[in-house]
Amino acid sequence: MAKVLVKGNEAIAEAAVRAGCRFFAGYPITPQNEIPEYLSWRLPEVGGVFVQGESEVASVNMVYGAAASGCRAMTSSSGPGISLKAEGISYLSGTQLPAVIVNISRGGPGLGSIQPAQQDYLQATKALGHGGFRVMVFAPSTLQEAVDLTYSAWDYAERDRNPVLILMDGCLGAIMEQVEFPEMKEPMREGTKNWSLNRVEGVHRSDRLLTPYFPEAMLEMQNKSRALMVKRWEENDVKVEEFMLDDAEFVVVAYGISARVAKEAILKLREEGYKIGMIRPITLFPFPKESFRKLDYTKVKGFIDIELAIPAQMRDDIALEVKDRAPIYEYCRSGGFLFDDDGVYTAVKKILDGGAK
Amino acid sequence: MAVYKRPATLKKNPSGFCPGCMHSLSTKIIAEVVDEMGQKDNCLHIVPVGCSTLNLVYWQGDILGAAHGRAPAVATGFKRTNPERLVFAYQGDGDLAAIGLAEIMGAANRGENFTVIFFNNQTYGMTGGQMAPTTLIGQKTTTTRYGRDAETTGYPMKMCELLATLEAPAFVARYALNTPKGVMEAKKAIRKGFEIQMAGKGFSFIELLGNCPTNWGMTPLQTLEYMESNTIPYFKPGVYKDKYKDEVK
Repeated sequence: MAKVLVKGNEAIAEAAVRAGCRFFAGYPITPQNEIPEYLSWRLPEVGGVFVQGESEVASVNMVYGAAASGCRAMTSSSGPGISLKAEGISYLSGTQLPAVIVNISRGGPGLGSIQPAQQDYLQATKALGHGGFRVMVFAPSTLQEAVDLTYSAWDYAERDRNPVLILMDGCLGAIMEQVEFPEMKEPMREGTKNWSLNRVEGVHRSDRLLTPYFPEAMLEMQNKSRALMVKRWEENDVKVEEFMLDDAEFVVVAYGISARVAKEAILKLREEGYKIGMIRPITLFPFPKESFRKLDYTKVKGFIDIELAIPAQMRDDIALEVKDRAPIYEYCRSGGFLFDDDGVYTAVKKILDGGAK
Repeated sequence: MAVYKRPATLKKNPSGFCPGCMHSLSTKIIAEVVDEMGQKDNCLHIVPVGCSTLNLVYWQGDILGAAHGRAPAVATGFKRTNPERLVFAYQGDGDLAAIGLAEIMGAANRGENFTVIFFNNQTYGMTGGQMAPTTLIGQKTTTTRYGRDAETTGYPMKMCELLATLEAPAFVARYALNTPKGVMEAKKAIRKGFEIQMAGKGFSFIELLGNCPTNWGMTPLQTLEYMESNTIPYFKPGVYKDKYKDEVK
């Protein structure tokens, strides 16, 4: 298929349709509005359903209802709206329902700003709602990656019977880039027929129960099985880009738009002879721990966490792996300010020169 | 010939509802209607949060548990992707008229093609009898120790009257369960709501006035009298909206 020029938010929306998503409910919030706008006309074209909910709370619960029937369902929002969806996302995980949640992130906390930021890392990776559940968190840094991750998201969600979060900053949501869309998948409810409340020929029973409420023993059993699921993610499902790490003395850690800008700075610094590389988590959860474990700490002189978040949020995960074997530096912006190549280059160079002393 | 039997749509589990509680009664008449319409295998019961959650134990058929107040949103997602199913939510007054006010108004205003059965007993039963949005003025609860005071807590919300102002809903009605006549009217209204839904004619809402002997601090018999002289004069039974009066019997 030929490449097309498309906006980030619309790329995610079209990839969802091609993945077989046939239900979307959402509520307007900047900077993700192109997703519901696109799906409002695109889903009916393919026999799907678009509902503009009365709130983010209602929208995520509509997704819960659609997911219970085995339909591939999605909702999208941004920071403040994701907080409102927290209840529903916890219920999705508690009831073991697959769904895809998209956060096109903006400045926080509170109403924050409508400009791009990466202020929702902790919410996404540690506690997307109450009750101590985890979800896989995909963080694309190009639009092609956003398309591919969205396209595969339901495969993970249905395999695990758990929601998947796509965390992409508002900058990537707004830019336009060439992407190649994958083939249209037929919307199948086959994969969910053993548990969903959909009526499938031959397997329908009339006493099926999907509930977020459990007696003590069942709840503990489910939590134990969920803990094993997270362990399996860490073993099998980590996605990471390791960039110029072989001889690296300094390792940038960045994701999304930050990683993209950092890469330009790294290339420039490499030309000047600095031995610098990057670990770019593509799955923020499971975090790419192995990429840190296999580094040669006799050579690595420091890590540089680059995020559009103040205070830095990914730093804790980096620190857990680095374990004081090297210093962790930060270069962060917040409030809706973006990085530019020169800014990152200058800041990182300063760290390298200082840290190399 | 048995003239009275357990509906097939109810499991043979002992009731966990308090003695004299009308939740048992309302659940039974809903199950009877599902039986009579031959919809047992096609029905999806959306169970919310509150005493109504106990229906997880009794209902024979597909059940989907919803978060507190969100049943109409959950029903929207399910019904839109499974239009052939008979979908109903059974919600209490705290669930529907307080925390779930946005969801019930939204679903009703979109004219979603499912049925909401609203059990109004003017209290939060499951959590121990706190004030509900429907608690009557002067009624004592654990959070209105000296009786509900309109000065600080406003007035009991009339959901049928509110919903009837909307353009989309097809059928909105309220009946009281404290007399056999009321029970029969309620059952007829539930059937009508379900038939409207199966005909694809949109949103139906049936409010059932009920009791809570435990949290009202009364015997079951006293609650019947209390309802007659206090609840019913404020929440007047009747049909508030019937869009297809002549088309759906």
